[in-house]
Amino acid sequence: MSILAILIPVALGLGVIGLVVFFWTVQDGQYDDLAGDAERILFDDDTPLMPPCDTVLGAATKDRSPL
Amino acid sequence: MIASLTREDRGAAILITTLGVLVGLLMTAGGWGDLLAVHGVIVMLFCGGLFLLVALNLNAPEPGDERLAAYYDDPTRVGVLLALVWAVVGMAMGVWVAALLAWPDLRFDAAWSSFGRLRPVHTSGVIFGFGGNALIATSFHIMQRTSRARMPGQVAPWFVLLGFNLFCVVAASGYLMGITQSKEYAEPEWYADIWLVVVWVMYFGLYVRTLARRNEPHIYVANWYYLAFILVMAVLHIVNNMAVPVSFGGFKSYSAFGGVQDAMTQWWYGHNAVAFFLTSGFLGMLYYFLPKRAERPIYSYRLSILSFWGITFFYIWVGSHHLLYTALPQWVQTLGVTFSVMLLVPSWASAGNALMTLNGAWHKVRDDATLRFMMVAAIFYGLSTFEGSFMSIPPVNSLSHYTDWTIGHVHSGAMGWVALISFGSIYALTPLLWRRETMYSWQAVEWHFWLALSGTVIYVFAMWNSGLTQGLMWRTYVAGGTLRYSFLESLVAMHGYYIARAFGGLLFLIGAIIALWNVVMTIRRVPAHVPALDYPTGSEAFEPAVPVMPAE
Repeated sequence: MSILAILIPVALGLGVIGLVVFFWTVQDGQYDDLAGDAERILFDDDTPLMPPCDTVLGAATKDRSPL
Repeated sequence: MIASLTREDRGAAILITTLGVLVGLLMTAGGWGDLLAVHGVIVMLFCGGLFLLVALNLNAPEPGDERLAAYYDDPTRVGVLLALVWAVVGMAMGVWVAALLAWPDLRFDAAWSSFGRLRPVHTSGVIFGFGGNALIATSFHIMQRTSRARMPGQVAPWFVLLGFNLFCVVAASGYLMGITQSKEYAEPEWYADIWLVVVWVMYFGLYVRTLARRNEPHIYVANWYYLAFILVMAVLHIVNNMAVPVSFGGFKSYSAFGGVQDAMTQWWYGHNAVAFFLTSGFLGMLYYFLPKRAERPIYSYRLSILSFWGITFFYIWVGSHHLLYTALPQWVQTLGVTFSVMLLVPSWASAGNALMTLNGAWHKVRDDATLRFMMVAAIFYGLSTFEGSFMSIPPVNSLSHYTDWTIGHVHSGAMGWVALISFGSIYALTPLLWRRETMYSWQAVEWHFWLALSGTVIYVFAMWNSGLTQGLMWRTYVAGGTLRYSFLESLVAMHGYYIARAFGGLLFLIGAIIALWNVVMTIRRVPAHVPALDYPTGSEAFEPAVPVMPAE
């Protein structure tokens, strides 16, 4: 079963990539506000984030109230 | 379409399509006298057509910078339409091959219409043509919305979408001519495989670059599912398609592996294609469109992340359960079975999470067929993952393997889960994408829902019955120790089930045709409605993903 010498390292390699990415997500604080993260995808239709084609990206952005 | 491209974009498109025509020319010249030349001509026509489309509009007015303050949805729109066209083509092929099994004369004695050539057109047509385009289109939508940022460029998304469709066209036309490397769900030959790698690398790059521009600190879970789909499919595709072409002037190649080694590689790929193409990406769709449509956050976001990592780490090991009771070493078989059973946990976590999200919003499910598509998809996801774990247990597998039960299992996943979540997502997406008030006909969505559901149920029940009948007939012995039934007798016993299967598939196909009609009518007839709020936003880090507009 020489093929396993390829497949198992490849599968483990993918697992290691997954693990590294997982540690990055923890490090990056991706899981710090799970309730908020789940809710925020619903907001773009009912919270004014940015009027279309406007100059909002200048000063206004900094004061954007937190969702 | 062309109007949204800048002058540089058009230049890049001209360059890429010219290169495509040259590659097609090279294939035609180098493969003269071989079927490779036919594919060369197809590549030339495809790229030449796109070249003309851009070249004839080269001097059309350029878009202004205001385009950068909106999401780039043109490729998503084309992707949705392509997905629906492939759905109709692929499902029509499915109904045809199903009918061939009941009435073999329906091939009309042509070589191209034999079962072995039509079946991969059906499987690739629905999996890659319909599913793949739906995945690419929804991923373009979701990665921009959840990042609240526009895609980084305007050429890359077209390259990915149209390049992928070129792959699908080359694959499907090749099957009809008899070009295949005989690996299930990986039939296209070496040159198509190499092309897909190029497209896929571009896709991964586009996704990561969009996420890097995000104006939202968190990467929503749906993106992780799509990223896993793209990354793992790339690795699987490369390993399984390791092959040596007989010559660069011909389509034929030979796999780098032989015998049970090849079978192991194939099913390592095959099951992970189910895992990462037909599950992971579509879970991304479910985790975005179901909460959006129900207008409530996912029941447990924590659980959705746990099930993502569960699926990512477990799924890659289960492929060997396709090769139970074969020459594969026993421990490899046991490994596959163990992980298959463990997979039930993250699978049901996702299915349960989706249904719990709807708990308390059942009135919406009752009134809204689009949401009902998604709910039934989650139920079928739970059912078929349970069935999959169950069928991988060796004693069950000894009955179910090589029978129609497997076909029933695959279709409860493919029709009930993958297709229903895609249709639900497309119905949720279409009015927003084309800036329309609503779908053209809600009655048509209802009709589609009930046709799709009844078609799936008829199909799956027919195959469960025929599979069990086959399995039991094949293992019935008489007192003397010989088989009670000949294979032919078991085949005759299938006839009624095969007719029922073709009928179920026909209902499903009619539903898909209604969907295509409804989407086209929505684009053409429904009054425009521009949502005020569906635009990218500035970043918290005060680094706008879109350039500052010039002051008026």
